[in-house]
Amino acid sequence: MSLLEITDLSHNFGGLRAVSEFSLKVEAGELAGLIGPNGAGKTTIFNLITGLFKVSRGTIMFQGEDITRWPSHRISAAGIARTFQNIRLFKELSVLDNVRLGAYARHGYGLLDAVGRSGKFKQEEERQRQRAYELLARFHLTPYAEMPAWNLPYGEQRRVEMARALISGPRLLLLDEPAAGMNQSEAQDLIRVIREIKEEFSLTIILIEHQMRVVMNLCQWVKVLDFGETIAAGQPREIHQHPAVLAAYLGKDGALVEEGSQ
Amino acid sequence: MAISDTQRKLLIALAALLLLALAWALPASGLLNPYVVQILMYVGINMILTLSLNLVNGYMGEFSVGHAGFMGIGAYAASILTVWVLPKAWAAWAFPAVLVAGGLAAAVAGLVVAFPSFRTRGDYLAIVTLAFNMIVKSVLENLEVLGGPRGFLGMPRLTDLFWVTAWVLITLLVLRRVINSNFGRGIMAVREDEVAANLTGVDTRRIKLYAFLISAFFAGVAGGLFAHLLQFINPRSFSILKSTDMLVMVYLGGVGSLTGSLLGAAIFTILLEVLRPLGLWRWVVGPLLLVLLMIFRPRGIMGFREWKWLGEGSLRGLRNYVTGGKG
Repeated sequence: MSLLEITDLSHNFGGLRAVSEFSLKVEAGELAGLIGPNGAGKTTIFNLITGLFKVSRGTIMFQGEDITRWPSHRISAAGIARTFQNIRLFKELSVLDNVRLGAYARHGYGLLDAVGRSGKFKQEEERQRQRAYELLARFHLTPYAEMPAWNLPYGEQRRVEMARALISGPRLLLLDEPAAGMNQSEAQDLIRVIREIKEEFSLTIILIEHQMRVVMNLCQWVKVLDFGETIAAGQPREIHQHPAVLAAYLGKDGALVEEGSQ
Repeated sequence: MAISDTQRKLLIALAALLLLALAWALPASGLLNPYVVQILMYVGINMILTLSLNLVNGYMGEFSVGHAGFMGIGAYAASILTVWVLPKAWAAWAFPAVLVAGGLAAAVAGLVVAFPSFRTRGDYLAIVTLAFNMIVKSVLENLEVLGGPRGFLGMPRLTDLFWVTAWVLITLLVLRRVINSNFGRGIMAVREDEVAANLTGVDTRRIKLYAFLISAFFAGVAGGLFAHLLQFINPRSFSILKSTDMLVMVYLGGVGSLTGSLLGAAIFTILLEVLRPLGLWRWVVGPLLLVLLMIFRPRGIMGFREWKWLGEGSLRGLRNYVTGGKG
């Protein structure tokens, strides 16, 4: 049984076919890449997996369960976490609260426990708070814990998003352009961090990325999309020679990897 | 001087008890003139209303403009109980239960607003709450059994400073505990980014349901207190003007702040009393204040801030845990 199995997924925006008969099989422990030019439908696929968009055609199976029509919060609780292309933190809330909210579904107490401050409440709050602080320390965010999230520099905000995604103990992590807006050395750091957390949290990762260096370095295999269609699939090394991929990105004679990056 | 969390809790409990004792003893002693006691009771009732509205408008970031509807339902429900249902002799003893019943009636009505909030938000939800307020008012006006537009009377004067103070404290306690919990963080996450909240596992529908139910409940309780203070209610007391007053108090004191709610209610209520000589003109004060606030200080006096004694106390202890006591 694959961890995630998507079959014939399609999605339209009005008359525009954003995703067309997309299929994907990800085994536990893999690190897969999803690439393609802007507007190719990559983020739409993430939005379909996480229940943000309603699936009109196709099925999504996660750990053997059909999650196609589940609401987002249930999918998240089942073990799929994600980060966003344009960071979406809870800006006015503290960094600590942002991270704790990632574990919302893991707080095993009810409203009455909270109002009555029951033993269960105290125990759970303490547990999740400690877990949050562990993650803050892991991502070098401890000094920011009580600051509102908007106050942090861009790179730190990305790390908060990562901590928020990881605190729930997901099986599958969807990273939407984690290297966006990063320079070479920052991207290098990111590659290292992604490798580390994959081991530490025994994650399976699907990555959307434009920076080819990141994709080449990290992904075991890659799917290439253009206008919602899958135009190629394979190992990164094969992909960046693939004529259809080159055509989609840069026209016929383009070279996919920028000079000096190999 | 540093004090521990336990000491702080003890001090807060003592202060609350002292306040209750004063609220009971002062009016009885005759040291306070009855007019002042009356004003203090209005301040307290307005505090409950402001706290409850702040949960939806400040913490959850929705814009409910029909809160007087909930207050009205609570007022009528509680009054029906004391006038028609309960024997006169019991009414005084059953008063807390009567108020709770009024609150529950309002909470049921809260469902009417909670369900539309699943699908719509912002301006559109504001219109739903506005419509709700108008429906409540016109239903009450057309129910001849309840006196129609002439109103409903005959309630015993059961509200006193003690009960008002007690309910302010209860509201404060419950809201503070809800806000400093997983649910409170969920409520604020809805305000900050509903989509991201959903995607990080927050069941936003349940969160909205809880917020509207709790908010409506306390507005209903305030309605019950109001009815048994005035001993006379009519539908006009719960019109959109009343809702506007509540909005002014929330945005004056500060959105997303318990301290702010208390301040806003106290300042606005007392200001209206001080301006009594202005006659009709004082009704311009509220709306004018709202306009000025929205322009110059949209978050209010204490927006998103909290007096530390009302905030989440346990953080300091935890910082020590992380930094090994050096923080």
